[in-house]
Amino acid sequence: MHPKSIRNGSGILADIIRNPMLYLMFLPVAVYFLIFAYWPMTGIVMAFKDFRYHGKHSGIYGSPWNGFENFEYFFKSGKALLVTQNTMVYNLIFLVCYTVFSLLIAILIAELSGKIFKRVTQSFLFLPYFISWVTVAAFFYNFFSYDYGFVNHLLRQLGASPLDVYSNPTYWYCILPILYVWKWVGFGSVLYLAAILGIDQDMYEAATIDGANRFQKIIRITLPLLKPTMFILILLALGRIMRGEFDMFYQLIGNNGALMDATDIIDTLVFRSLVGTQDFGMASSVGVYQSVLTFIIILIANAAVRRYEKDYALF
Amino acid sequence: MNSFRTWDTRLLQLIGYLFVGFMGLFALFPFVMLLVSSFSSESYILRNGYTLWPAELSFDAYSYIFKDAAQVFSSYKISIFVTAGGTAISLLLSSMAAYVLYRKEVRCRNALAFYLFFTTLFNGGLAPYYIMISNYLHLKNTIWVLLLTPMFNVLYILILRSFIKGAIPDALVESAKMDGAGDLRIFGRIVLPLLKPALASIGLFIALGYWNDWWTSMMFVEKPGLYPLQYLLYRMLSFVNISDQFSEHVSSYIVLPKETFKLALTVVATGPILLVYPFVQKYFVSGVTIGAVKG
Repeated sequence: MHPKSIRNGSGILADIIRNPMLYLMFLPVAVYFLIFAYWPMTGIVMAFKDFRYHGKHSGIYGSPWNGFENFEYFFKSGKALLVTQNTMVYNLIFLVCYTVFSLLIAILIAELSGKIFKRVTQSFLFLPYFISWVTVAAFFYNFFSYDYGFVNHLLRQLGASPLDVYSNPTYWYCILPILYVWKWVGFGSVLYLAAILGIDQDMYEAATIDGANRFQKIIRITLPLLKPTMFILILLALGRIMRGEFDMFYQLIGNNGALMDATDIIDTLVFRSLVGTQDFGMASSVGVYQSVLTFIIILIANAAVRRYEKDYALF
Repeated sequence: MNSFRTWDTRLLQLIGYLFVGFMGLFALFPFVMLLVSSFSSESYILRNGYTLWPAELSFDAYSYIFKDAAQVFSSYKISIFVTAGGTAISLLLSSMAAYVLYRKEVRCRNALAFYLFFTTLFNGGLAPYYIMISNYLHLKNTIWVLLLTPMFNVLYILILRSFIKGAIPDALVESAKMDGAGDLRIFGRIVLPLLKPALASIGLFIALGYWNDWWTSMMFVEKPGLYPLQYLLYRMLSFVNISDQFSEHVSSYIVLPKETFKLALTVVATGPILLVYPFVQKYFVSGVTIGAVKG
């Protein structure tokens, strides 16, 4: 082929020849994702292999195939349903609480007149976003440690018996959503507040002239106009519904056997089988199960949104 | 509106002040308790639990950290190095990639964007990733793993791209090209300076990610010399017997202020963030807002 015709072509090669410098500038990021994202994707084969660390036939590509044995083992272990359910239920509760509280705070902050009050409380609310879950776990321990915790100390002083949260799973259905909201609501409320501040003020003035009160304005103007933002955020969260908040669960609960059934999610199971029991078959098959499920859910969620309101779809 | 305040305005303000005020205090509360308790004496905490009022003021835990714990200093160094270096590299390469995705001359730019975006939709799972990093790339127990693992976030690259789209008129790039400026020069001389506000925001998010990263070291680092602060903190908090961790540095007859030590270490690990927080907060807020206007 004549060099010039390559230059005018539409393929990526022609594009590279036309803009060598631009492609060179993209190269580092491209290589990074090739090595750290696409190459590990080929490691999916591990889930269909009897993985061996050492020996003649070892490693991701060298280990012998064993078909669906790993998956069979995972589904027969009785863990599959439990962790899937836990992951989904917790994420749904988190999503609902996070959305409701973020919206509520954003709407109320937008209505408040005290400028300094607004600025100060917003700084406070955003503060937990900046610390790691390691620190959150430390905070939590300060409050609920059986011997020295602030809450338990208070309960003892009031003559009540202290709460032993580290050995009683029922508390965690409450504790985890509260901590989740505590950590992320500052971020969420800023997101929604940005959307509220973008609303055309004329609408509110027109509504005032028509005699609407504040509450009516919130319900008839603010909320409907926040729908696009809400839609995108909820869609993004639904796409991740099979991916648990590993940092949170691991830091707060760790390998606490007493809480295992109530708080074991897919991500902690994968981690435990990989690092703890070195069960590579289990770890890789659960990982693939999670990835495939996530991918399907994103496609469905996106298609549903696309059908309902094309502009809100991600792709 | 200012002259007549009707019932609905008043009621809403009341609800707002109460609710938002409560949530704000709720968010702040643990920080105050941490700080106050860390300055209390060990014996007071053992007797009375953690507290909100500074009682029996004591600097034992802090003086212990800064006198004897060489590990804390080494972890500080690692955390600062990784955060500073990683953020600088990540920011430069991310904005460069974002710029390429913005340039109309790159006909495959949407395909390139999808090449990045796809990695957020699908991945191979933790197990192959772990094996790749440790057995194929041999990054285990190196500083590189701390730098590379959290380096790029596709979302940040896409946000930077939409920011460039909004902040830089096409004509500007066109005229620079007419004047004979190369692609790299246009990036360095025109795009980067105009990108400053976004770079500040995204840079802070990246830095935060590095500073708070304990996961990478838990997975791939076994050498105490490479522990970043957050991971050190995690180990201190989770291993009840603290002296095991510090036995190399401490003579055995010293009685450790165990509970306050944990608190003080938490303050030390989180402190830098809280110190810079008031100054950088506005960049974070604008960062969230840039993301919200997603292109």
